[in-house]
Amino acid sequence: MPTVTFVSADGDRRILEAREGETLMSVAVRNGVPGIEGECGGELSCGTCHVHVAEDWSDRLKPASDDETDMLEVVDSPSARSRLCCQIRASSAVDGLVLEVPA
Amino acid sequence: MRNHHDVLVVGTGPAGTQVALGLAAGGFAGSIGLVGAEPELPYERPPLSKGYLTGDCGEDALLTRPATFWSDSPVDLRLGAAVTSVNPAAHRVRTAENKVMSYGSLVWAAGCRPRRLEVAGAELDGVLALRSWQDAKNLRESLGRADRVAVIGGGYIGLEVAAAATKLGARVTVVEAQERLLARVAGHTVAEYVAQRHVAAGVRLKVGTGVTEILGDGSSVVGVRLSSGEIVDADIVVVGVGVVPNVEPLAAAGATCRNGVVVDEGCRTDLPDVLAAGDCAVLGDPGSSANGLRIESIQNASAHAKMVVATLMGHPRPARETPWFWSNQYDLKLKTAGLTVQYDNVVLRGEPDSGQFAVVYLRGDVVVAVDAMNSARDFAHGKALVGVNVRGLQDMVADTAVPLKLVLSSAHEGGA
Repeated sequence: MPTVTFVSADGDRRILEAREGETLMSVAVRNGVPGIEGECGGELSCGTCHVHVAEDWSDRLKPASDDETDMLEVVDSPSARSRLCCQIRASSAVDGLVLEVPA
Repeated sequence: MRNHHDVLVVGTGPAGTQVALGLAAGGFAGSIGLVGAEPELPYERPPLSKGYLTGDCGEDALLTRPATFWSDSPVDLRLGAAVTSVNPAAHRVRTAENKVMSYGSLVWAAGCRPRRLEVAGAELDGVLALRSWQDAKNLRESLGRADRVAVIGGGYIGLEVAAAATKLGARVTVVEAQERLLARVAGHTVAEYVAQRHVAAGVRLKVGTGVTEILGDGSSVVGVRLSSGEIVDADIVVVGVGVVPNVEPLAAAGATCRNGVVVDEGCRTDLPDVLAAGDCAVLGDPGSSANGLRIESIQNASAHAKMVVATLMGHPRPARETPWFWSNQYDLKLKTAGLTVQYDNVVLRGEPDSGQFAVVYLRGDVVVAVDAMNSARDFAHGKALVGVNVRGLQDMVADTAVPLKLVLSSAHEGGA
């Protein structure tokens, strides 16, 4: 099972096991990661699963769809490494991924 | 479950569950009880009319939190217990099994139940509603055996069920009493586009038509008689004609109820130490565009939950949120920001025939809502535009070459 780390703004690190095929938003929410709400349940409608992908991972993930890119325009504190983690699914390809949760 | 909680939340739907989770996550110092009439652990409702029916979404994806979460949580959870009466003076509630629980504060988040169709034959086997997980299980199983499905009600639920049933291979007829689909929640352009999409998928639409009788053969449904006299053959009938708030115990206890229990901007009812949240609550706040409207949505449940937590913990009130909604039918994704009520002008943005467009609803020069059809961008930008005065900018609003984000910044620069 792939392992994904969520880092909070205050530096707190949560190292979590993801189930194959699960969205990383779902991993965060079921583990109570602060700042990840997933209010719309992965519908690309709310932007409450916004994360910054750690530097060395940015181009290792499948790129964001047009819809995700559109939603990312209106999140708080967007960056070049912004993603909505309801759009990233767990697989061996993301094992070791580090995601920062914006304040 | 213990018999006393500092905060007792009634209802394990999204509003009640988010209150309990919010209190726990916020470090609430007192005891938290969460009691629900349904036997299942708290679960997500939106997939019940979409992926759960088609089989695209499995059971384990429905739970709001896994079972292990609840056993580790400070929230004291009790399932399968319906609260039937409230005694606000004594700070006690009673369940259907006559169990008494006392509370410091009560949060009523008991949601709504499907409105029943008051016609002969409504009690026949094969006449189904869709609200709960159990309803969805029954419907999914029935859809597996049904060849012909009659859906009564052309709102979100009816149309999502029609789309799911069509995907599963059934021949579907949708019967809607109003002159167009989605009459309560969307304007003509969106309704027309959605209708065309259903017709293209093979659904028969009967709008401006009521149902006078559900016909049976023994105890099972065989069809529906319309107000026109026409008979629609059906193996199952799905009734999606709205919901009724579960607030009778509060009304009996003296709470002001008007199509839901009335709450103030802090989600307090007018009973001492009783708050309410979600589908069952209606805002009584003249300063809000939502005043007097009972909003049925996930966003509303979440917003109320945050408000309840803030009220109970003495935290600053969260900022008012713009209501928003979504519906997925076939490959169509409709997202709405704001409330499509009391508008006197609409601006169309884009070509419906292209499959991607938006409708901006105005009251005078102020945007009251935006319907975005297959356009995440217009939804995302449109949400920020709700409540904004766009005088002099309507041409930009209509121009798909101009992102709505630019309209927003122009509106702010103009000091409008």
